[in-house]
Amino acid sequence: MSTLIALIIVGPLLASAIGLVCGSRQRLRDVVTVGALAGATAMAAWLLAEVERNGTVVLRVGGWDPELGVVLVADLFAALILVVALATILVVEVYAIGQRFTAWGANPQLAGPLLLVLTTGVSLAILTGDLFTLFVGFELILVSSYVLLTHQGRRGQIRAGMTYVVMNLFASTLFLFGVAYIYAATGTVNMAYLAERVPELDQGARLGIGLWFLVVFGTKAAIFPLFSWLPDSYPTAPTTITAVFAGLLTKIGVYVIIRFHTLTGMEDLGPVILVVAGVTMLVGVAGALAQGDVKRILSFHIVSQIGYMLMGLGLFSVAGVAGAVLFLVHQIPIKTVLFLVGGLIEEETGTSSLDKAGGLVATAPFVALLFALPALSLAGLPPFSGFVAKLALVDAGISEVATPIVVVSLVASIFTLLSMAKIWLGVFWGSPREDTKPAPTAAHVGGHRLMMSSTALAVAGTLVIAVLAGPLWRMSERAATDLLSPEVYVEQVLQ
Amino acid sequence: MSVALLFAVSGLTSVGIYLITARSLSRIVLGFSLLGHAAVLALLAAGGPAGDAPLADHASIESSANPLPQALSLTAIVISFGLTLFLLALARRQHVLTGDDLVEDDIEDQRIAHLEEVELGSEHDLSDKELDGEDADS
Repeated sequence: MSTLIALIIVGPLLASAIGLVCGSRQRLRDVVTVGALAGATAMAAWLLAEVERNGTVVLRVGGWDPELGVVLVADLFAALILVVALATILVVEVYAIGQRFTAWGANPQLAGPLLLVLTTGVSLAILTGDLFTLFVGFELILVSSYVLLTHQGRRGQIRAGMTYVVMNLFASTLFLFGVAYIYAATGTVNMAYLAERVPELDQGARLGIGLWFLVVFGTKAAIFPLFSWLPDSYPTAPTTITAVFAGLLTKIGVYVIIRFHTLTGMEDLGPVILVVAGVTMLVGVAGALAQGDVKRILSFHIVSQIGYMLMGLGLFSVAGVAGAVLFLVHQIPIKTVLFLVGGLIEEETGTSSLDKAGGLVATAPFVALLFALPALSLAGLPPFSGFVAKLALVDAGISEVATPIVVVSLVASIFTLLSMAKIWLGVFWGSPREDTKPAPTAAHVGGHRLMMSSTALAVAGTLVIAVLAGPLWRMSERAATDLLSPEVYVEQVLQ
Repeated sequence: MSVALLFAVSGLTSVGIYLITARSLSRIVLGFSLLGHAAVLALLAAGGPAGDAPLADHASIESSANPLPQALSLTAIVISFGLTLFLLALARRQHVLTGDDLVEDDIEDQRIAHLEEVELGSEHDLSDKELDGEDADS
């Protein structure tokens, strides 16, 4: 079974190399890219089924002892997030193939292979069992994201790319310093050994490590006050790239925060995390209300939603962490879908600005439907997945008597709905402006159909999450129980 | 732990931080190189006392240095080398586009600065090009 883990990581990387030497044979590259992503997704689903039935799968790379070598660990939490993440990337790649016939498409010779490198980084960051491989996984994600963000070389992209790269590079350097500190304090970078040794350190060193890594991972996850690079850089990239970034990069940051801070038993940091979570929700949603562009509104919402996941972690109870896990599962596809719809809006109206677009309900009712469903889900209205996830978090908050954060989260939800209504008013109602729409060609129409159907598929996927809320919740609860008792993880990795 | 290493780490870190607060990307690149070195030295210092080269048939386990941080350092050095090149490429592209390599304000800052100008009665109109430069150029 552990071979699956290796294949999930190596497969996309190999496909990326093949994609790069394909040159101008675009069809072949598409087949390889989609094939690799579909294969990885299928294997991840198989892995999840296996983990669900028989427990954690551990791969010791090269047969080395965990003390010396690299271990890759697929527990329930990792396998669950991995499936959702890979499936999301697959949908985006199909959308990207459709979008290349339009003015907003990314350069296909680069985008496919780089997306595969990013996929490898995502899988590695999710599955890794030691801190340094996590660093390498992050770097894989970031380096490919730097290039994806700036490869068209437009002025806005370079401007935003510079801030993005400098911020993330700084966080990576801090990560490296953190690895040095933690190695000096404990003599290991393996997470299972860290789970044993960090709680034995004295209070000061332990909290120092916890806060340091909260800052490091928090910069990647865009928590308050480390988020300012995100709403500025994400909207400048081609839609498909932004969609992947929005759905995955920050969520991997959150995933790692949850993993690291539960494993090393940082319950004392709970109140700090809760305060950060509350401010992140409010500042993100306030920023979204002030914007006049679909992509920028959605980018601020990424920040706001990060707060909810941190809220679940900050409670440090099984219900809270399970809520955070479920929220993560709901958030990865929903955020991606909303950006994909943002791309469709650009496609239909020629702009993503609220002032310039209008009347899409009349001219493209299907796009309106595709926007409305995930938007209501994001705001947390029943019967969508967002409602289920938020209900779980609020419920956990109430049972922990953390009233302030519960109130803040509900207020932020109302504002989320308000800003979704703002997009609806600006883009879908009002009078249509057909003059901005470029004239379609035959290839254009085919590509457009592909974009539509992949978005529709993804929207259907988010609805499935709502339908499967019961089993998913039970799975999240099991994952959270394991996360909050690190000795389970330690035993499984070191046995 | 070696005091010399400690001083080297703190010196490199302070100069590096000073440089990355600059506006020009070429200074930031230099800053990151120094910070990268500082982080690698910190990793080495974390590995315990110095010793013989950790080769299997040349040193005993007692007398050799800790090889793990060295392996980690190598990886980190390679990554920071690649990223330095990427930053330089960005600086070059910015130079081609704007004639300098300065990191510009983000859109929100530009908007707020503009609001202030409007309040002061300055007449100049903020065109789309200034605000969302993404679409207007290339």
